[in-house]
Amino acid sequence: MTDNATKAASDERGAQAPQVVESKHEGHSWTGEAPLFIYAVWYLAFLYIPVLFLPLFSFNDSIYVAFPLKGFTLQWYADMLENPALLQALENSVKVGAAVAIASTFLGIFAAKAMTRYRLPGKGPLTSFIMLPLVVPGIILGIALLVISNTVGVDLSLYTIALAHTLVAVPFAMLVLMSRLEGFDKSLEEASLDLGESAFQTFLRVTLPLAWPGILASVLLTFTISFDEFILAFFLAGNEVTLPIYIWSQLRFPNRLPMVLSLGACILVASFFIVTFSEVMRRRGVGTQSGSAI
Amino acid sequence: MSDQTHAAGTYSGAEEQTSLGFKLRALFLKHEWLRGYLLLSPTLLVMICLMCVPLFMLIAYSFWTQNYLDIDKTFTLANYEAYFQKPIYAALMFKSIRMSLYCTFATLVLAYPMAYFIAFKVKKNKLIWLILITVPFWTSYLLRVFAWKVILGFNGVINSGLISLGILNEPLEFLLYNPTAVVLTLAHAWAAFAILPIYVSLEKIDRSLLEAATDLGDTPRERFWRVTWPLSLPGVIAAGLLVFIPTVGDYVTPKLVGGTTGIMIGNIVQSQFGKANNWPMGAALSVISMLMITILVVTFIAATTRARAKN
Repeated sequence: MTDNATKAASDERGAQAPQVVESKHEGHSWTGEAPLFIYAVWYLAFLYIPVLFLPLFSFNDSIYVAFPLKGFTLQWYADMLENPALLQALENSVKVGAAVAIASTFLGIFAAKAMTRYRLPGKGPLTSFIMLPLVVPGIILGIALLVISNTVGVDLSLYTIALAHTLVAVPFAMLVLMSRLEGFDKSLEEASLDLGESAFQTFLRVTLPLAWPGILASVLLTFTISFDEFILAFFLAGNEVTLPIYIWSQLRFPNRLPMVLSLGACILVASFFIVTFSEVMRRRGVGTQSGSAI
Repeated sequence: MSDQTHAAGTYSGAEEQTSLGFKLRALFLKHEWLRGYLLLSPTLLVMICLMCVPLFMLIAYSFWTQNYLDIDKTFTLANYEAYFQKPIYAALMFKSIRMSLYCTFATLVLAYPMAYFIAFKVKKNKLIWLILITVPFWTSYLLRVFAWKVILGFNGVINSGLISLGILNEPLEFLLYNPTAVVLTLAHAWAAFAILPIYVSLEKIDRSLLEAATDLGDTPRERFWRVTWPLSLPGVIAAGLLVFIPTVGDYVTPKLVGGTTGIMIGNIVQSQFGKANNWPMGAALSVISMLMITILVVTFIAATTRARAKN
């Protein structure tokens, strides 16, 4: 693992050699490119390698997670597919995630449009207020929502989980969509209004088509947030559980560990691809659009 | 101009309604901020209903008491008295704050060079680096913590790996189930949260200031401490708060990798809502945690702004 990292480091250093020279001209030599670059590669290894042990051991033919590796097996993945409780939890998670993605993106579009297109008094405090769920510890939000459901008399179910997830997903949706709306020229919308389109038609025919990469990114990100969220779901789940809660409940049984590993590996791979795709959509979209929309 | 048809379409019923509709429409046309607030209102409503009201309810709960099956809703400070009478609560609170501070410090120290590298040294493919940093942050928190349990465990990756390589004869016991394991795991889990704010503040620095410092004879080291570091401080502070505040209340990491010595206040709060079944006490403990965090954060921000004003 470390060999790969250092090998990659030396490869890339070779490729970046001209920049090292360039930076020396600027007087960067005391922290030249190379040491920082090696550090960056190590840092990425620190970020990624711990998580990669889950997929690695999910193919290992032993119920113990330990070296040396015993042999290759797909047994744990097969077990997974034959487990009705797991499949039910997966279905629940997808349902909740889809509802959260749609609801939070809708709210995010409205909020982002208000924030970027109108002169609002108190915009700063309002933005901080909407961002608050990102900072309040999850456990506090979880028990606060548990307490209120109990007081109001709402039974815990997938709906309570979805509501809680919407609360934490809205700030992300708004951030993603705000950067997207700021990325294209406001005068396009004004032109449409001046040419006689109604506000709604303008939104439908100008704003939405220009904002759709942001909307897609927001839908995917908020889905992933909900799909992977554990703390709020833990407090707000009724009889029906989502996938992270199912995993938590299985951690008590050592003999279920390999199956948890294979499930974890699947979730990690799925999240990784969804999120990478949405990040590419979001960031690249903003860059090119702001240049070409003029 | 953007809401003309909006209002006209809605109010075409009875005459009184029409006149009310016209008044409303005129009002909305006249004030841009009203239209903005109208758009923002669904989101604000969700925030108020799902965050503010529940938090107030939580505070109310902390002044009630738990009978065996129901809640006694007479006002009392009993839960807060219990907090001060049983030293275990305060001890745990301070321990959680201390562990969180270690974790925040470790995260910041590790993250700063990385953010610096992306902001100043990466010329091409900045996007790829940013995405590489962000992606792990979006993947399951529970699984990232679980991965560390697998790695540090008695029969885990490190121990079994070192034994099978012949470096160790018997497993190291000190890896898992202690505060250090908690701090390490948290620092890993929150890494991306720290890098992004620091990166943004570094990226915003006007490069001509750096050139000016060099032209005026600063060595690169002096230039870093006199220009780059002070200008990046807002990002460092933001990153610190973003890591510190949520980690104080974490209970997943201590539960999975902390063992008995790595327990934090979040675990006690959670048990009040689970096995211990004393919701008002749990509510009081979380209110106290929030207060402690708020006081710490406010003093810290006040101190830093004063220090910067002096300079």
